[in-house]
Amino acid sequence: MSKLRPSHKDKRAISFQEWMDGSVDPYLGNLEMKPQELKQETREQFEERMQDYARMNAQLYDTEKNTGVKLFRVVFQITSVIWVLLLIGILLLTVSHLPPNGNPDNPANNEVSQRYIERGLQETGAVNIVTGMILDYRAFDTFGESNVLFVATITVLILLRKNKKMHNELDMKEDPDEEKYEPESDNILKTVAKVLVPVIFVFGLYVILNGHLGPGGGFSGGAIMGAGLILYSITFGFEKTERFFTEKTYKWLSFIALTVYCVSKAYSFYTGANGLHSIIPLGTPGAILSSGLIFVLNICVGMVVTCTMYAFYAMFRKGEF
Amino acid sequence: MDIINYILLAILLVCAISVSFSKSLLNSIIIYMAFSLIMSIIWIILESPDLAITEAAVGAGVTTILFFVTLKRIRAVKGDEENE
Repeated sequence: MSKLRPSHKDKRAISFQEWMDGSVDPYLGNLEMKPQELKQETREQFEERMQDYARMNAQLYDTEKNTGVKLFRVVFQITSVIWVLLLIGILLLTVSHLPPNGNPDNPANNEVSQRYIERGLQETGAVNIVTGMILDYRAFDTFGESNVLFVATITVLILLRKNKKMHNELDMKEDPDEEKYEPESDNILKTVAKVLVPVIFVFGLYVILNGHLGPGGGFSGGAIMGAGLILYSITFGFEKTERFFTEKTYKWLSFIALTVYCVSKAYSFYTGANGLHSIIPLGTPGAILSSGLIFVLNICVGMVVTCTMYAFYAMFRKGEF
Repeated sequence: MDIINYILLAILLVCAISVSFSKSLLNSIIIYMAFSLIMSIIWIILESPDLAITEAAVGAGVTTILFFVTLKRIRAVKGDEENE
């Protein structure tokens, strides 16, 4: 293979670059791989196959001749009901043994939560204790969660992305009625969305930026903004959304957010999340620019979640961004 | 306050049961969305507004839309009326 290439392509960096861009198929020429051919069958063949299948099913599930099927069905239903009732009983029994809600002697009220409540404001600078916990004491866990979202998007991308060469022909055959069900011609939806989308975006931004002061934070705010983006693209179509949000935007936003998060919290991976004296001032609790890194981390998590939510929708809807 | 709590919990139970017993997938999704909304109200009553916001946005908003899109992709939305 390499003999056939021009000499400048021998350099590893260039071939790595090509591999990254996807312009070179690493298996091509090295491995015997053939693309699967679409199975062609005529209308008659298809109908014959379907008839065979129906006949086979009818004979198999004919309860008059095949008494085993009937017996199996009855036993199956009775057993499943018994199992479900057992499971419900076990769960209810467990719930009835749980300690009462709000009891000071509960095992959850140990020195850990006591410290969070007593010294959380001093140590993290966040008025909202929940945000102080998940983005300072447990920032490592939240980093893992953001990565889980990113990996989930990539998995959906692998599963649902359209192969452009294969699908160009198939797309033509899709429902001619498809246009009718597109909501782009819906006046009510358009008018409502015009009013609602800006409000949703502002509220999402407020929840993200106010995460250390009030209820909310990166995840909830990101989910709200993602829902707003989805509403926008449902109403006005993907062309309008693609003016400011494409695959490239998604890639870079997620990359920057995850990297900033990782770099700014890297020290706690080494100190066992014990926290060092931070050079970033915590500020006055209650001010919008306070609580040190939590403000930045909230924005990062919000960006990742927004991108993920919209990416899921775009991928399910049309198989690409 | 207790009465409201019990009413909400009863609606929650009704929703959960009717999700599994409803014949049409579309109805199931909409009932599931109602379940999420009531759950978010219960979160507020249990004094965790953080969770309530997330539940409303993810459970009632994004998940429902993803279910709808999936149903549309596997052509289950239109097929329902034809089959029954």
